[in-house]
Parts: sequence; structure tokens; C-alpha cells
Amino acid sequence: MDKLALDIAHFLAGSLVLVSLMLLYQDRLPALLNVFAFQAIILALSVAWQAYVQGASDLYLTAAITLSVKAIIIPVALHRMIRRLGIHREVETAINIGPTMLAGLGLVALSVVVILRVTVNADVFAREDLAFALSVVLLGMLMMVTRRNAVSQVVGFMSLENGLILAATGAKGMPFVVEISVAFSVLIAFIVIGIFLFRIRERFDTVDLEAMDDFRGESR
Amino acid sequence: MDMIDTSLIDGLSIQVSQMLLVLLLSPLLTGLVRKVKARILRRRGPPLLQSYRDLIRLVRKEAIVAESASWLFRIVPYIVFATTWVAAALVPTFATGLLFSWSADLIVIIALLGSARFFLALAGMDVGTSFGGIGSSREAMIATLAEPALMMIVFTLALVAGSTQLSTVAGIMLSPGVGLRVSIGMALVALVIVAIAENARMPVDNPATHLELTMVHEAMVLEYSGRHLALLELSSSLKLLLYFSLIACVFVPWSLAPAGAPLHVHLIGAAVYVAKLGVAGILLAVFESMIAKMRVFRVPDLLGAAFMLGFLGTLLLFVSRSL
Repeated sequence: MDKLALDIAHFLAGSLVLVSLMLLYQDRLPALLNVFAFQAIILALSVAWQAYVQGASDLYLTAAITLSVKAIIIPVALHRMIRRLGIHREVETAINIGPTMLAGLGLVALSVVVILRVTVNADVFAREDLAFALSVVLLGMLMMVTRRNAVSQVVGFMSLENGLILAATGAKGMPFVVEISVAFSVLIAFIVIGIFLFRIRERFDTVDLEAMDDFRGESR
Repeated sequence: MDMIDTSLIDGLSIQVSQMLLVLLLSPLLTGLVRKVKARILRRRGPPLLQSYRDLIRLVRKEAIVAESASWLFRIVPYIVFATTWVAAALVPTFATGLLFSWSADLIVIIALLGSARFFLALAGMDVGTSFGGIGSSREAMIATLAEPALMMIVFTLALVAGSTQLSTVAGIMLSPGVGLRVSIGMALVALVIVAIAENARMPVDNPATHLELTMVHEAMVLEYSGRHLALLELSSSLKLLLYFSLIACVFVPWSLAPAGAPLHVHLIGAAVYVAKLGVAGILLAVFESMIAKMRVFRVPDLLGAAFMLGFLGTLLLFVSRSL
């Protein structure tokens, strides 16, 4: 039973890392949002499995919040937003997939090495979750660094936050109040970012953030 | 002394029958894929035995060699055929514990296929026509991307099984201790992508076309004719069969006859093996009919994905082993 439980946790967390790498691979916005929703579904499954293994019923609530907010509300809202902005057919040309993927693999390797060295005495589930969570966080950051489109950067930020949730559920005894407040702050951040997207578009006629560099006089 | 002798004779007979089986089945497999593809397109398609007839016809014809060709051009078909056949003889098809399999492992198979490809690329450039050069350079590009991915898959399997010996890997995969491993799924997807690229199948190369700008494998063998061409066609069929056998042996190893099993177990194993090949061939034909050919410069992305899957599988195994 314990081996099977660990195998399933390993399977779900590993798929989460794989989907994060798939996010880096997408260059069309609708596909990117679909993959992001898929990532949230896997995260919800992973959290629910942790709830079952640890016997912590409040984690089921976390899984439900993740599923409803991250897998349904935010992707649907982003889909509508890119449709209204008229950028749902754009292909992101500035990214170079090969080097980005190599950098992503390097980050995954780095986080595995670091976490396994640092947490020698910790619980098995926590160690594994922390190793994968750190890679998801780093991949989200990589996504925010490499993309020029504001919507893709928002997706990168959200996937980074998915990594944080994975880390939080792996460690036992995280207060539920903290999780709720994190979930709501993400939702509020999302709303603020959404408003900003429209303001940026009004001002510069594009959501390409290179335009803002030009405006600040920092153009390359 | 007697015991050793009989086991040696057994091993030898199994090895020889396996080598003959792969050689005889490979044109049939190519014919099956062609037939199914034609049926999906609502054409009647060539009969299943057409590939054998083509080979016999080519052998009877005169082999014409270009004036500018060197000695290399003449011997390459034999080298390619020999290395591919030896590699195919090393993959357990219906029985594990092959006689040759203890002298060579998965990495040797990759090296044999790699040397076959190297000589074929040399032959493509030998005559000095531009098409051969294009084909060789593209083949080299695909190979340099596919081989790291293949090595990563080998590492993943070796970490799971604790060995690169194919018979051992198949045995471990059959045992219940393997459990649910995401890495094995990743290795399977990566191996399928690599197999498609290495065999010049649809999204990477179109095996049915002689359209200049899209071909890779066909461009390299453009100057060959007669028995040389027959050998090259046979080796590319063998290579397809080899990859199918490899996938079947590692990921669906059921009904492989273990070493020293009685005759009827071997016969059942052979029948199931033929059935597995048939299913794989039909799946390949359906997949090829559903997908469009990729631009040559998109191929690195596809093979990069295979490499990434293999690498990630290896990393995940490192995590789960060190716990």
C-alpha cells in the first residue's frame, strides 16, 4: 500500500513537471491556456491524493479550490480576454523552443539535485514533492523571463504559483487559512493583471512588452 | 558435458530460426503497412506479397553503377544489410535468452544501426549528385538528434532494470515489482518518436514519395539499382521490424518464451509475436494516414521533445531511487 501510494504521488508530481515543460513548448495562446488548465487539473488530483494519504480532510478543500479557480475560472476568463484583445490567433515568434527547453531541463536537474541534498532527513513524500515543486516554480519563472507577450507571462506566473501549492501540500500541517488567503490573493492578482492588460493595450496598441521597453527608453 | 551441449544446440537453433524469421517477415510487414494505408485511402493497394516480388525482380535486374562511383558505393549495401541483420538478430522477438544476446546489449544495437547509417550517408555523397548530398546531410541531422534521445531511453530502461541486456530488461518488465512508473511511459513515447524518425516514416519523411524537396532516405539511395537496391530496401524493412520488435520486447513482453522452455511455448511465442507485429503495423499505417508531413526544420522540435521525455524519465527515476 505504502509503495503504491508513493508510486501514485510520484506519477502525479512527475506529470506536473512534464506539463510545465509542455507549457514552455507551446507557442500559440489558446493551446497555452489549455495546457495550463490541464496542469491545474493534475495539480488538483495530486493535492487530493495527498489529502487521502495524509488523512487531512482540509486538503480536499484545497483541491476543490484549485480545480474550480485554476482549471476552470481563470482559463475561461483568459480565453475570453485574448478573444477580446484579438490576439487568439497570434503565434509567438520571439521564443526559441530548443534552448528554452534545454534551460528548462537544466533547471529541473538543478532543483532535483539541490532538494535531495538538502532534505536528507525529511519525510519521503515531502522530499519528493519539494523536489518537483521547486522545478515547477523555476519553470514558471523561466516562462516569465522568456516570453514577450503579457498573457503568456501571466500564465507563467500562475504556473509558478501551482508549484507553490504542490510544495505546501507536501509539507504536513500547513494552516488552511494561509492556503485560502494565497488562493484569493492569486485571484485578485489575476483581476488586477487583467485590468492592466487592457490598459497596456489601450496605451500601446499591443500586449507585447517590448513596446514598454521602448517607451522607457531602454530599447535594445 | 551432455547438458551443456544440448543447451548450446537449443540456443543455436533458436538464434538461427529467429534470424530467418525476421528476414522472412520484414518484407511482409512493409507490405502490410502499404496495404493498410492504401485501404484507408479507399484504394485497393498492392497485394501483401508484392514486396517479395519487388525484391526478386530487383535481384534479377542488372546493377548499374555511376561512372564517378568509388569502391565504397559498391560495398555499402552489403555493409548496411549485414549490420542491420545482426542488430535485428540481437533483439528478442519470440524467445529471450538468445545465444548472441549475451555478447551484446542495447548499446551495441544502437551502435550497429549508427554505423549502418554512417555508411549509407557516405554512399549518398559518393557519386557527387546534389540529391544524394541533400539526403545525406538531412539524414545526419536527424541522426544526431535521434541518437541522444535513444541513449536517454536506454538509460531510463537501464535504471529500471539494472541492466542494458534486452533479455534481462524484458524479464524485469514482466515481474510485478515494476509498479506504476511514469518514467516507463515517457520512455515509450520517446521511443515511438525516435522509431518514426529513424525509419523515415510520415511526419519526418514520406516513404512513398520521390518528390525531390521532401525526401530524406529515398534521396540517399537514388543512385542505386538492381541487387544493391534490393539489399537496401530489405535492410530498411528489417530496420522497421527491428524497432517494432524492440518496442514489443521492452514494453509488451508477454508470451516471450524463456530460455530452456519446451517447443510449444516457443511456437505460441512466435504466433503472438506475429500478431504483435500485425497490430503495430496497422497502428503505424493509421497514424501515418492521419498526420501531415512536417517541415524539415520542425523535426528538431519533435526529436527534442523525445530527448526531453527520455531525460525527464531518467531524472524522475533518480528521484525515486534516492528516496
